[in-house]
Amino acid sequence: MAPSNSTAQPPATSQPRKGKLGPMARREARLALWMLAPTFLIVMGIVLFPLLANFWISVKPVTLSDLRPPTPVVSERVRGDFDIAGQEFEIQYRLRNSSRDGDITDVVLTDTLPAGITVTDPGDVCTVTGSEVRCALDGLPAGERTRLKMTAVADETFAANPVSPRDSEPTVTGTAENILTNSEFTLDNFARIFDSHEFWSVLWVTITYTVFGTLGALVLGLFAAQMLNKPFAGRSIIRGLFLFPYVAPVIAVAFTWVILLDPFNGTFNAILQRMNLADEGVNFFGQRDIPIDVFGLTIDFPLALATVIAFEAWRYFPLSFLFILARMQSISSDMYEAAEVDGATPLQQFWHISLPQLLGILSTLFLLRFIWTFNKFDDIFLLTGGAAGTRTLTVDVYEQGFALSNLGAGAAVAVAIFILLLVFAVFYFKFVHREDS
Amino acid sequence: MRIGTGLLLGLLTGLLWGTIAVALTGISLTLITGLPATPIISAGALGGAVNAAIIMLRAPADRTPGLYLVAFAGVIITMMLVSFGAPFSLAFSESSLIQAFGVGLIALAVTFANRAVLIDIQSGMLKRYKIDLVIVRTLKGFGFVFFSVIVILPFYVMVMTSLKNQQDLFLNPLDLSIDLTQGAASLFDSYVELFTKFNFGRFLLISTIVSVCTVLITLAFSIPGAYAVARLKFPGQTVLSSSILLIYLVPMIVLVIPLYAVFSQLGLRNTVVGLLIVYPATTVPVALYMLQGYFRGLPAELEEAGLMDGLSRIGVIWKITLPLALPALASVSLYVFMIAWNEFLFAFMFLDDPDIFTLSRGVVSLNSSEVPRQHLMAGAVIATVPILVIFLWFERFLVQGLTAGSVKG
Repeated sequence: MAPSNSTAQPPATSQPRKGKLGPMARREARLALWMLAPTFLIVMGIVLFPLLANFWISVKPVTLSDLRPPTPVVSERVRGDFDIAGQEFEIQYRLRNSSRDGDITDVVLTDTLPAGITVTDPGDVCTVTGSEVRCALDGLPAGERTRLKMTAVADETFAANPVSPRDSEPTVTGTAENILTNSEFTLDNFARIFDSHEFWSVLWVTITYTVFGTLGALVLGLFAAQMLNKPFAGRSIIRGLFLFPYVAPVIAVAFTWVILLDPFNGTFNAILQRMNLADEGVNFFGQRDIPIDVFGLTIDFPLALATVIAFEAWRYFPLSFLFILARMQSISSDMYEAAEVDGATPLQQFWHISLPQLLGILSTLFLLRFIWTFNKFDDIFLLTGGAAGTRTLTVDVYEQGFALSNLGAGAAVAVAIFILLLVFAVFYFKFVHREDS
Repeated sequence: MRIGTGLLLGLLTGLLWGTIAVALTGISLTLITGLPATPIISAGALGGAVNAAIIMLRAPADRTPGLYLVAFAGVIITMMLVSFGAPFSLAFSESSLIQAFGVGLIALAVTFANRAVLIDIQSGMLKRYKIDLVIVRTLKGFGFVFFSVIVILPFYVMVMTSLKNQQDLFLNPLDLSIDLTQGAASLFDSYVELFTKFNFGRFLLISTIVSVCTVLITLAFSIPGAYAVARLKFPGQTVLSSSILLIYLVPMIVLVIPLYAVFSQLGLRNTVVGLLIVYPATTVPVALYMLQGYFRGLPAELEEAGLMDGLSRIGVIWKITLPLALPALASVSLYVFMIAWNEFLFAFMFLDDPDIFTLSRGVVSLNSSEVPRQHLMAGAVIATVPILVIFLWFERFLVQGLTAGSVKG
């Protein structure tokens, strides 16, 4: 390929891009398109298409079992002796609709008979041309079974060397209505989701989990970054250690927490009892509320929710820690030296120099982590399965779609998530993106 | 010795270090040796305070090693007196060597911590600056202890649980000590069982294949895309490079239902191929974003020279850009490998056939009341060890990848 004009210049954006493109520029644009095509395709197919498909599925009365469309099933039998020349025998096709509630239309069965067999009576629905059998039925209602019978006779050459007519597999096709593609629509899914008292409590749990999980991870990350800001022996080892919770697979750490916090024989509860901090095992993941006395007031503390928030903060503090540390290292030390000369104390330095400098990265991290925590499914699903007042919107998608087998309702929750995310995305582009550039 | 805020703060930090040291040592003793130890917190706290007081008897400049030695002895004597000779609520005749070691460790830790915090602090009235200094040092020290405990404890429990057996665990959940005399075969019993009866060798293989293929496909898709975004000019370039990040914000769970429905009908659901379509789709945008940032940073002159010398565009990418971008490729590969290896949601939703389980899916299948919990933990260890080894080996690259891509999690 010839060197193109435009790459001979630095990738300047000042060039007028609108208007007519020269042949070189057009060729470059075409090349760029080809290079981006695979990415486009896979993102369209696996991300954008499902996003839109959710809207479609959410207005469909579709359940898990509908994913297996009704199909016709056939088995072939032979009655009588087919290896005696001149003797009539019967070939039987038994047809069955695999589904109990979906009809099949335009059922067509085809089969090939061995050479030397002549059909004497093809029955009502079958026609025979040469050795090809073709049977056409208008429909096979739900759960129905039917038999197609043909009478046939074998000739001498066949009888001398007989093969069973069953050796050739009959094929059968039919058209069944696919609930996903037909024109039946319903708003029941949305009605079900929004009517239930549960939805609003789920939304509330989601917001609590997202806000506190994000804040927890940020505060821990800020604390850890502050500790590792100044160099000391073994700093890189500690930094690597602090990243463990994030790098390890979620299944491993989630199950470890479940076992660690087991109310009956978990190590953590045993430690609490040994230190006389608890009288009996605390069911951290199973107990919705625990009453706590604060100055005579009894508050119901949402224990299970607090524990999953603690897990979230524990697992994702390494990420905010890395970002905050990277930002801290880039703050010029001159400022601290000047402040030191002026007699500012360490806490004042942190409050008046570090924090303002970190505000940008902290707000970016907050928004990104907020959205990712909002999107999080694995953690809560593995820890509590959404029980004991920890069901968030994402867990609700699974609960509705798969635990209750109502794909439509699950998709309706997904649509609700998507709309909330659009709101977040607007925020993201308004605030975060401006800061990036 | 003058009495002022210095002494007060010193005593307070001493109390704190004493409390932390005795609690941690007591619990660690139990977890490591299996002794039923209950640390007497008040003994440790008072010991720490006495230690701080002794150190602060002299002005910072006059503190000699001898003084610290006296302070060290002060902790031991105080602890023994307050706890009536049983700092862990155990008779001293029982495993006296281990107990003595524990007490020594507490005294040493407290002395070091107090020395680090109070090194230039006198006992009289302190200026605001010095007060802040003590607070910051104490917070930092506390932070180290806190973070180390919350990170190490779960992983320690994971490994040790996998080496024990269920009866012992139920009998005393605090005893995570392992009996080394039983021999390797019975020690690693759970692992042997997982690999022989539960097919974990196969899961390991499938996970490796899936992760490596995801990395390769992701690179094959994202390298040309990133190059196009970084170097070529085409209409809509700026819109594209800023909207790639939007894919970050799409939750996987929202994609699950439509993909489940479509993949079921196409017969792709319960297959490795299905996973290999979905995984790259989630990693390609991230990889593309990371790579284009790096490509932009490379000097364009080298590529132009290549083009002048008659290389094709593909030749330029292959012979000039990619070799220069090797560190970025390593970061992206490691990061994508980590995502694919740790992925749980799609593996869980798509795979029903134990012959093609990935490790994540395999470990989930161990989570039932019929499988003893040391098997579950052994499965967790098998899933964790490879990724942690790779992480530690290539930490520099992975950390770069994590920060450069402002990563999804």
